[in-house]
Order: sequence, then C-alpha cells, then structure tokens
Amino acid sequence: MNSSVFFDISAGAYIAAMIIYIIYLVVRNRNVGIAASGITIFGFVSQTTALIIRWVNSYHFWVSSNPDSGFVESILRGAPLRNLYESLIFFVWSLILFHLFVEFKYKNRSIGAFVTPLAALALLFIDVSGSTKEIQPLIPALQSNWLLFHVLLSFLGYAAFGVSFGAAAAYIVMVTESRKELPYIFWSITIGIFLVVLVAMGIDFLSISTAQRAEFIQNHFLKTTLRNPSPAVAGVSWIAAVILIFLFWKFGLGLRKVLSGMNMTPAILDEITYKSIAVGFPLFTIGGLIMGAIWANSAWGKYWTWDPKETWSLITWFVYALYLHARFVSGWRGKRVAILSVVGFVAVIFTYLGVNLVLSGLHAYGSG
Amino acid sequence: MEENEKEKTDLFESIWKFLASVKLAIAVLIILALSSIIGTIVEQKAEPARNIALLAKFFGDTAAPTVYNIFAKLGFMDMYGSWWFTTFLAVFSINLIVCSIDRLPKTWRVVKSPQKPLSDSAIKSMPLRKELTFKTALSEARDAFIKALGSLRYTAQEAPEQDTVRLYTQKGKYARLAVYVVHLSIILIFIGAIIGTRFGFRGYLNLPEGRASTVAFKSPTEPIELGFTVKCNWYNTLYYEGGDTPREFQSELVILDSNGKEVMKKVIEVNDPLTYQGITFFQSSYGMMSEAQGYFVLDITPSGGSEKRVWLRYGDSFDIPGTAIRGKIHDFSPALTRDRKTGRLTTYSDKMVNPAVAIEFSQQGKDPYIGWILNRYPETGFLPGGHKVSFADYWGVEYTGLQVSKDPGVWLIYLASIIMAVGLYVCFFISHRKIWINISSDRKSVRVSMGGSTNRNRINFERELDRIASEATKAIEGRSKK
Ligand code: HEM
Repeated sequence: MNSSVFFDISAGAYIAAMIIYIIYLVVRNRNVGIAASGITIFGFVSQTTALIIRWVNSYHFWVSSNPDSGFVESILRGAPLRNLYESLIFFVWSLILFHLFVEFKYKNRSIGAFVTPLAALALLFIDVSGSTKEIQPLIPALQSNWLLFHVLLSFLGYAAFGVSFGAAAAYIVMVTESRKELPYIFWSITIGIFLVVLVAMGIDFLSISTAQRAEFIQNHFLKTTLRNPSPAVAGVSWIAAVILIFLFWKFGLGLRKVLSGMNMTPAILDEITYKSIAVGFPLFTIGGLIMGAIWANSAWGKYWTWDPKETWSLITWFVYALYLHARFVSGWRGKRVAILSVVGFVAVIFTYLGVNLVLSGLHAYGSG
Repeated sequence: MEENEKEKTDLFESIWKFLASVKLAIAVLIILALSSIIGTIVEQKAEPARNIALLAKFFGDTAAPTVYNIFAKLGFMDMYGSWWFTTFLAVFSINLIVCSIDRLPKTWRVVKSPQKPLSDSAIKSMPLRKELTFKTALSEARDAFIKALGSLRYTAQEAPEQDTVRLYTQKGKYARLAVYVVHLSIILIFIGAIIGTRFGFRGYLNLPEGRASTVAFKSPTEPIELGFTVKCNWYNTLYYEGGDTPREFQSELVILDSNGKEVMKKVIEVNDPLTYQGITFFQSSYGMMSEAQGYFVLDITPSGGSEKRVWLRYGDSFDIPGTAIRGKIHDFSPALTRDRKTGRLTTYSDKMVNPAVAIEFSQQGKDPYIGWILNRYPETGFLPGGHKVSFADYWGVEYTGLQVSKDPGVWLIYLASIIMAVGLYVCFFISHRKIWINISSDRKSVRVSMGGSTNRNRINFERELDRIASEATKAIEGRSKK
C-alpha cells in the first residue's frame, strides 16, 4: 500500500483547517470552530495512517536488504525519520498532536489559527524543497538507535516549542496597546517574515517543475522571488516582502479584538507558553543535545565538535534556558518573556533549516 | 584596621553577590548565544582563503583580507577555543557554582523545615482553598479526609485539638532540589570536557589490509604511541542491492599485546567501534592504495564437491578439483559496468564499488573462454557443469580509515547527561505540594477548610484538591445514608 495518498489528504486537511481556524477567529461561530477541530483530527488520523504505512514499508525495505537483522532492530531501522522529508512530516505530526492536546486541555480553539500555519509552512516547504519522498536506503552513519531517538525526541521538543511560539505570538498581540511598542514590532516583523517566506515558497512551488524539484534545496530555495538571479525580479520581490511585512505590522493589531472576543486571556496564553517550554526543554535537552552527542560520539568518536548544527542547537538551548531563568528566577513577566519564546522558536527553525540552507549556502558559494 | 576589614568583607560580599546573581547569568547566556553565532558563519579552523572569500561577500574584495586579519586576531577563526570564549564559559560556570552555593542552604532549610498546622485564617489567605460543610461527626470527617489524602499518596499528619482536627501533609519536597542537580550536571559536563581535552587525544590511522601499527597520528608529523598493536585483517564495503548506495563499511581489527599475542578481535562498523585500553577505533573512511598488488580470494566449489578457498596473484592459475578445468586470473576491475550506449564492459570508478575478476577458463580440447565474476553478484560465478567459483575479495589493496580517539572524560559526560535528564524531569514534572485541612465541628455540622500551595503545575494541583474533596464527600455521604 502507498502512504502518499494519506499524506496528501492530511496536507490538504491541515491547510483547510488553517483557513477555517482563521475564519473561526473572525466569525467566532462555534460550529466553525468544531469544523476546524474536526478537520484537524481527520488530517491527523490520516497522517498517522500514512506514517504507519510508511513505517511498515520501510521496515520491509530494510529487511529485504538486511535479512539477518533482528525484529526489533528492523523496526527501529525502518522508522520513517531518515531524511528531511520524513523528519518534516514527523514534525508536522507532533505539532498537530501537541496542538490537539492543548486544544482539549484548555478548551480553547483559537491557538489553532497560530499553529496550523506552521504546519502548512512545513508542508509547503517539503514540497518546494524537493526532498525525496522515496524510501531511501539507510547509509551506515544513520544506522543508529541513538540517532533515531535523537530525531524523535528533538522533533517532539520542536513541536512543543512550536506551540509555545503560537501562544506567545497570541499573547503579544493581546497585550499590545500601540503599534509602536517594540515587542509588537518585533513580533509582527517575525510573523511577517514567516508569511513572506510562505508566499515566496508558494511561488517557488508553482513555478518549479517537478524535475527541478528533485535537485538540491539550496539551488532553488526562494530562487523565483527573493533570490532571483535577475535584479529586477529580486528587487520587486524584496519591495513586496517589505510591504507585506508593513501591512502585517499595520493591521496585526486587529487580531487582538478577535482574540479578546474569545475566552482567551493573556494569563492562559502565558501559561500555555510556559507549559509547552517546560515540556519542550527536557525533551530537547535529552533528545536534541544529549542523544545527538552520544550518537556523534559513537559514529565519529567525538561528542561535540562545534559544527554549525550543534552550535545552533546549543544557541536554541541557551535561549530557552534564558526564558526559564528570566521568568522564574528574575521575575520577568509578560511581553519580555513572550519575546524570548518567539526568539527561541526562530532559533529552532534556524537550527533545523537555516543551517542547511543559509550557512552551507554561504560556504558553498564561497568555494565557488 | 577595623574599617579596613569591614571594607574588605563588603567588597568580598559584593563580588560574591555579583557572581551569584541571575542577572549575570542572563547576561552571560545572551553573550554566549550571540557570540556562538559568529563561529557558525565563519568557517572554523579552515584555510584562510575560504574565509576571505566568504568575507568578500560582505565587505568587498579589497577590504576582505584586512577584515580577515582583524577577525583572526579576535580569535574568530578558531572561536570556541579562543581565550575570550573560554573566559565566558569560565564565568558561566563560576556563576553557576557560586549561585548554587549561595542558594542551596536556603532551599535546604525550606525542604528540611517541618510543615506546621495552620490556623483557619491562614488557610483563608492561601491561593488555593475550599470550604465544605457536612452533617456528620468530626471523627468520620477526619477519617474520610485521611483516607482521601491517602488514596493520592499523601500521608496525613495530625494536630488534634478541642473540637478541631488539623490535618497537614506535603509531597515532593525534594523536587525543590532538582534544579541544583541540573546545575551540577552542567558543571560535571564542563569537568568531563576538560578531562577529555587534557588527557585524551584525537587522531587517525589509515591501515592497509593485513598491516599493523603501534601508533596513530594527530597530524602527519605527530604520531602517538598506542601502547599496543592494532592490525587490520580486512576492510569491506557492503552495498544495497541493485545500486551503489553503501550499506555498511566494515573492518576486522585485531589487537595484539606487546608479546604479539592476540587479545581482541572485532569487526567494526560505523556506529559500532572497538575500544581497547581506553582507546577507541572508529570506522571513518576507506580507500585504495595505488600500485598495491593484492590477492584474489576465490571460493571454488566443484559440482557435488565441497568449497575450497584459494589465494592467487595476478596471472596465477588454479584447478577446479576433480575436473580438468583450469582457471587463470586474467584481469581485474574495481568497478565493472556495462556501458549503456556501447554495450561494452568498462570500469566506472577507481574505488572498489563493484569489483570483478576476469578468469580465463581452459580445458583440454576446448576453446578457452574468459568470464567476469563479480563480487556483489555471486550468480556470475556459476559455471557450466554445475561448478561454482565465487570472488570473495581482492585482498590487500584497500586500507581502512580509522578515527582513533581516547577520551577519559566521556564517562563523566554520560553520567552527567543521565543526571541532567533525571534532574530536568523531576524539576519540571514533580512539584512540591502542601495541603492543610482544618476540620472543626459545631453542634450539628462539621466545617472543613482546605488550603494548598504548590511551586508549579497549579492546575493539576487544583484538580488534585478537587478530587480529595469529592472523595471525602462521597465517603461521608455514603456512610450517612447507611
Ligand atoms: C544553560 C545552563 C542552565 C540550565 C540548563 C539551567 C537550568 C535550570 C532549570 C531547568 C531551572 C528551573 C527553572 C524553573 O523552575 O522553571 C533553573 C533554575 C535556576 N537557575 Fe539555572 N540553569 C542554567 C544556568 C544557570 C546559571 C548560570 C545560573 C547562575 C546564576 C542559574 C541559576 C538558577 C537559579 C537561581 C534558579 C532558581 C532555583 C530555585 O528555584 O531555587 N542557572 N535552572
């Protein structure tokens, strides 16, 4: 059986859910909210099915080339977490899982409008990046249980951070009085950039042929717009991006009325932000840093080499440690800590994608 | 004199306060996070030309070399080992240690100080509280609440008075110490890292098949004595079927002690190294030695007979036992393929991706013929007449690339990781909860006031209090119905 149908269904469902969640924010009709949750759950079930099918398929794939490998080992080696495509899919899955959990626990749907766009962004990214969807043979360095748990737990951690990001973003909107406040400016620009990248990737997606998609990400990430070789096109794209960010800054406050119209208080949002970080921080520490280090040690004989990816995950860790100490020990409250949570998630995204796209790009160009 | 002493202690105190402050921690965390970014942009320990090319993108071609020199002076090219980054790490750990020493005694006192019963008015001012009344006897209410507390694993303590029972209990008080455990683990990681760099090394060793070595290399001119001999029996790459994606890189290593006695033997793979006397050998690369002459290792099985292994040089011949068939090593290709366009056999790589040996078979009275036998495709060795020749290896021409490292601090890192994991779990998921329940009886009814405090997870704690109240209520009302 092929898993891609179920993946496509879930992608469609999440994007639909994103739209309906946003409509729900505006019209505040209970039934619309129920529809949004329903579609999210439907997408989640479908994606879970797809993950299971993919796992079974790659289990068989592994067994066929490693017949002497034991049952448990084969199951672990078959885990669908072996490349960019699979890890992003898993990120979306865990993000939605956390989101549904928060939605039911706090009986509040509006965060959906902030979390589902992240899922949509990730899904779009998968398509644009052209990372392969085939089940790939596992190269020797990746045949490690540590690596598997490392990826699994880090992504669960990332998903928890994603939820905290959504809640912190909503928090900042709620407590802002004027557009001139720094936290608001920072927040609106961050979201604006997310949006710009989303739109730009959408354009990439529409204009790049499937054949091109099979190439490397850095070769065409944002190449149709912001990184277009033609200065004119790139220039216009940049201007459009700035305008979009400006518009977001200008009208972002409108969200506030919407949010406060629901039973959403800054205190609840603050608590969700903290709770998600309290879940994400141990997961990320244990899964992301510790197990990553153990894996590196078993594969290369060094648990820490300060390579950009490791360093960025350490930076991310510092930011969230900062959040915990600022909030718990130094008594920072409100916007200042919410900003730290937003910064933390920007660091997460940079750790996962920026290091590969931006930094390796820099060096790749540097060496011609 | 006195004044001086006092000033000294004042000075000492303010330095101590500064080093213990969380403000400093926040500042240092921000500095570490921001400065770490530099090292992810500038390529570390790279050739100057690479970073100059990178800098040219930001500062232009003419300014780039100057900027490079300034950056190099600042230590940006090997940043994480630079004096100032190390200094910040040191400040960070001193801060952490001083802060913990400063606070631990207070926390310890909080943990150790016994919980005391509270007055009704004190309970009324607690953040979480509940008031209940029952028509029952004091002792029944007391029993019901003790039982309800017990079912949530609280052991109630009791201060009985005239017409009043004060129950009080707490759970998870030691969880308050978990942050210190987390902080301690960070210090242990630093210590482990220092031990590793001080007393360990990291080197490499390219070891040809069949050869042995008593040293590894930190750099081509810096050999390090291992204290024993390591020998590579063979190196092998396994591939996934139908393609050239490597499935496993393997080497068989043997450790010989100073008397030449074999003390250890293991097939190492990526992610599965060999460790002997604290020195670990990791499979890291491989390659072909140019101009080396190896042995062709063939397994020969005559139809109906048993397998026999032969080791042959280029041009050597062998017999298939019990037959008149003779084979002669004729040619070799490290990576044989059939060209799609011309249909000819060609070699497409100088690495042993798809090794094949050409054997000239001859038999009296028949024309000799040449057949290619591929290592990865044993079916190519099935001969007419049911005989089989399989090409096991072309031995002695590859070397295995080993990463050799000794890190006597790594066990501490692992131990610290476990401590940190446990500490974080306790810190975030176990809270210190205190409950007070005062039960007092009027003439006809019993009044209960409950109060509670927790250091985190308030919502869960609130639920817990609700459960205690409802369980006790059920017990009391159930009994009065009887
Ligand atoms: C990146 C390194 C660090 C990590 C991972 C870390 C971890 C933690 C954690 C998880 C908590 C509990 C926070 C909460 O209650 O939600 C905490 C509390 C605390 N940390 Fe750190 N910490 C770090 C560095 C530091 C440093 C450098 C200091 C030095 C001043 C410090 C001082 C404190 C203090 C005073 C508390 C509060 C303790 C209490 O509640 O009694 N931490 N830390």
